Amino acid sequence: MEEKLTPEESAILEELRQSIRGDDSQRSRLIPILQKVQERLGYLPPEAVKMVADHLAVPLSEVYSVATFYNQFRFHPPGKYPIKVCMGTACHVRGGEIILENFERKLEIKEGETTEDREFSIERVACVGCCALAPVALVGETVHGHMAPSKVEGLFTRIQVQKEIEEKRRKKDGSE
Amino acid sequence: MTVTLTVDGKALQAEAGSNLLEVCLENGITVPNLCHLPGLEPPPAACRLCFVELEGIDAPVTSCTVPVSDGMVVHTDTDRVRRLQRSALRFLLSVHDVDCKNCHANHHCALQDLARFLKVGLKPRGLSIILKEPEVDDDHPFIRHYPNRCVLCERCLRTCHDRHGHSPLALSGRGFDTVIRCFADTPEDAQPCQSCAACVDVCPVGALVLKTG
Ligand code: SF4
Ligand code: SF4
Ligand code: FES
Ligand code: FES
Repeated sequence: MEEKLTPEESAILEELRQSIRGDDSQRSRLIPILQKVQERLGYLPPEAVKMVADHLAVPLSEVYSVATFYNQFRFHPPGKYPIKVCMGTACHVRGGEIILENFERKLEIKEGETTEDREFSIERVACVGCCALAPVALVGETVHGHMAPSKVEGLFTRIQVQKEIEEKRRKKDGSE
Repeated sequence: MTVTLTVDGKALQAEAGSNLLEVCLENGITVPNLCHLPGLEPPPAACRLCFVELEGIDAPVTSCTVPVSDGMVVHTDTDRVRRLQRSALRFLLSVHDVDCKNCHANHHCALQDLARFLKVGLKPRGLSIILKEPEVDDDHPFIRHYPNRCVLCERCLRTCHDRHGHSPLALSGRGFDTVIRCFADTPEDAQPCQSCAACVDVCPVGALVLKTG
């Protein structure tokens, strides 16, 4: 699935294009420039990767080869509700993989991807530091411990309810 | 300068500094290998199959990285060597979708030859099979890639580099997720691939195939 750039993203990309023009174009600048791009855009869309390749005059394949090697780079925009499934040792032995699969199935995306409406994204993360609650998943910054397949379903219901409450509040605020 | 070395008890003549693996192969001595491409330096030594033992050196060494020297004594068929080679092959097969009937490389596949030579079954017992998704990479307009047949020998991309100075092919990801991928800017960029296809020819298994029609 390739996401289209939003108008804001296109604007940021244009800005970046102007600003990297002044940057050194040595090959050793590859990672710092990618980091700078991701910092501004939140991910590396194909347009941005191409821009970096052109700036450094290296083949696109080389930029991708480096960028895909590092976990810090992502190729899909983060969702509004980023879901992070812990794959640390404790969570791994308590079935973290199964939890991940449940999220993937529910949202019909793979780990590292984002739903088309950009509401949800899934990624695997290393130990988040509360192994006693394994297996653990994070939705945004909120920790959900002792995850189970049934809880995955419950989580989405909760998010839905939360969204509706927010929606109502917004409407109320608007009518006041 | 010509030097004399002994391989499996046989005295061989070779040019000093030439590649030990190549010298063995040229003299009809079978040494398993997947990633070596004669003439393309440096060898990536990625497949870990071409081990031999050198007298005077403790551990087996990859013959593709050894320059021959005078008086060298080499053994290619020792227990230690075969154990290493069998393990390497078994690990390769543990990330392989063995389905030879439906593979165009059937009967001319380096993995099949190696399995026969090393007496290893194509389905490695005792190892779980880990496969990648998607099964088929159809991104390239002319070349289809099967990641679960690929042995990551890099012969395709090194050959492409050697011919064209650069390559749209690259290793992507890392660890178990490493795959060969094609990153062409636009379909036009991939146009030359149709008449070249050197990567397809050099693949030792059935991981690359030219799309027809
Ligand atoms: S690549 Fe070789 S071993 Fe693998 S399926 Fe094809 S013929 Fe069989
Ligand atoms: S596609 Fe073939 S030549 Fe390329 S790395 Fe895989 S096995 Fe080797
Ligand atoms: S391993 Fe998951 S929280 Fe530590
Ligand atoms: S041929 Fe020597 S490591 Fe592959």
